[in-house]
Amino acid sequence: MSKHHVTTTVNGDIVEFLVSPRTTLLDALRDQLGLTGSKEGCGSGDCGACSVILDGRLVCSCLVLAPEVEGRRVETIEGLAQEGRLHPLQQKFLEHAALQCGFCTPGILMAAKALLDENPDPTETEARYYLAGNLCRCTGYDKIIRAVMDTAADLRQARTA
Amino acid sequence: MSQLAYLAPASPEEAAKALSAAGARALSGGTDLLVQLRAGRASPDVIVDLKRIAGAIGIREEAGGFVIGASTPGVLLGEHKALVRTWPGVVEGANLIGSTQVQGRASLAGNLCNGSPAADSVPALIAGRAICVIVGPNGRREAAVESIVTGPGQTSLAQGEFILEFRLPPRPARASDAYLRLIPRTEMDIAVAGAGVNLVLSEDGRVTEAHVALGAVAPTVLLVAEAGAALVGGKLDDAALAKLDAAARAACRPISDKRGTVEYRTRIAGVLAKRAALIAFERAGGKR
Repeated sequence: MSKHHVTTTVNGDIVEFLVSPRTTLLDALRDQLGLTGSKEGCGSGDCGACSVILDGRLVCSCLVLAPEVEGRRVETIEGLAQEGRLHPLQQKFLEHAALQCGFCTPGILMAAKALLDENPDPTETEARYYLAGNLCRCTGYDKIIRAVMDTAADLRQARTA
Repeated sequence: MSQLAYLAPASPEEAAKALSAAGARALSGGTDLLVQLRAGRASPDVIVDLKRIAGAIGIREEAGGFVIGASTPGVLLGEHKALVRTWPGVVEGANLIGSTQVQGRASLAGNLCNGSPAADSVPALIAGRAICVIVGPNGRREAAVESIVTGPGQTSLAQGEFILEFRLPPRPARASDAYLRLIPRTEMDIAVAGAGVNLVLSEDGRVTEAHVALGAVAPTVLLVAEAGAALVGGKLDDAALAKLDAAARAACRPISDKRGTVEYRTRIAGVLAKRAALIAFERAGGKR
């Protein structure tokens, strides 16, 4: 069967690639585009390590076929830092030491970004439920939640300042 | 590994044609199909992505009811204020499925056609008397949601047929619904048992119409007419709730597995039906 030619937007840039129809978006990002920030944990939508934002919605890129994103807009962890400056979430994750091995971190950062884009003032419970699809086997989650809540508070303050 | 073609037709007619081919599978949100592909439990020759069909994703009000595109992801149901206000049980059932990431993709049609007895969006749709609009090679037909799944993983859809949209009927005043499920933790698990209840009340607050559907207690989600009938005519007094409980338990034909035993599932189904009925009653403005 012939390969699929896909044209889509990744982190603001129009990209093209050729894939077999059963290639997942995750594999296309990593293997065709060299964007290896998104990780494969489970490959079945349970762990969230491959989380990206597709047309403004948080999804597991392992549960999306690459041909599905024709003409869509994909945001990955590689687009989070702007012009060499870390995103506030990334900065807070460093300050709070909200990671150990780091494998889950790209997915959690994308999920946390999606959360704060939707809801700039989440309660801790809302943040925990929103991030429940992102598994971390190192941190025990507390530092992650603290980093997210602290980022939200800073961003709110920056908005009103 | 078999070769595979991917098609994304723009019209229902093209989709029906593509799905008529041997080895074709419909793709909606993909949260079940991609897992099956990876595990080798599904090996289609053609994947027909239905999301590019006009109306496949979206919610509209029509003739006093709601029409939900079959591939509409759960997150859009939860964001639709009028739908949440009118059919809170339908929305809460759909929104219980999986994580935020899964909610960004998972659809009502996918949850239904995956054919799991524990599908969380299905009991409230059935209790809500929702209708599926089905497109196939021979045109369109409508069918009640409860007629679609015939057994675990099995549907009554013919080769080439797919669900285009769900229609929820017009809603009278003083009507509401609720869905409850039991899982051993607070989030992201598969129902041990589930219950959807849909009630319509009269002006004096008595139940004039009641529909009860139970999940995960039989090979398919059950519409239990006797359980609904137990509630009609009253205000959910203790005797009516006891009749509901008994009717719900009598309908159960569950299996014992790692999630629960036959006895536990049966007992819990009655408890959930009672609690869901009380929530639906209160949402409809009822006072016991």
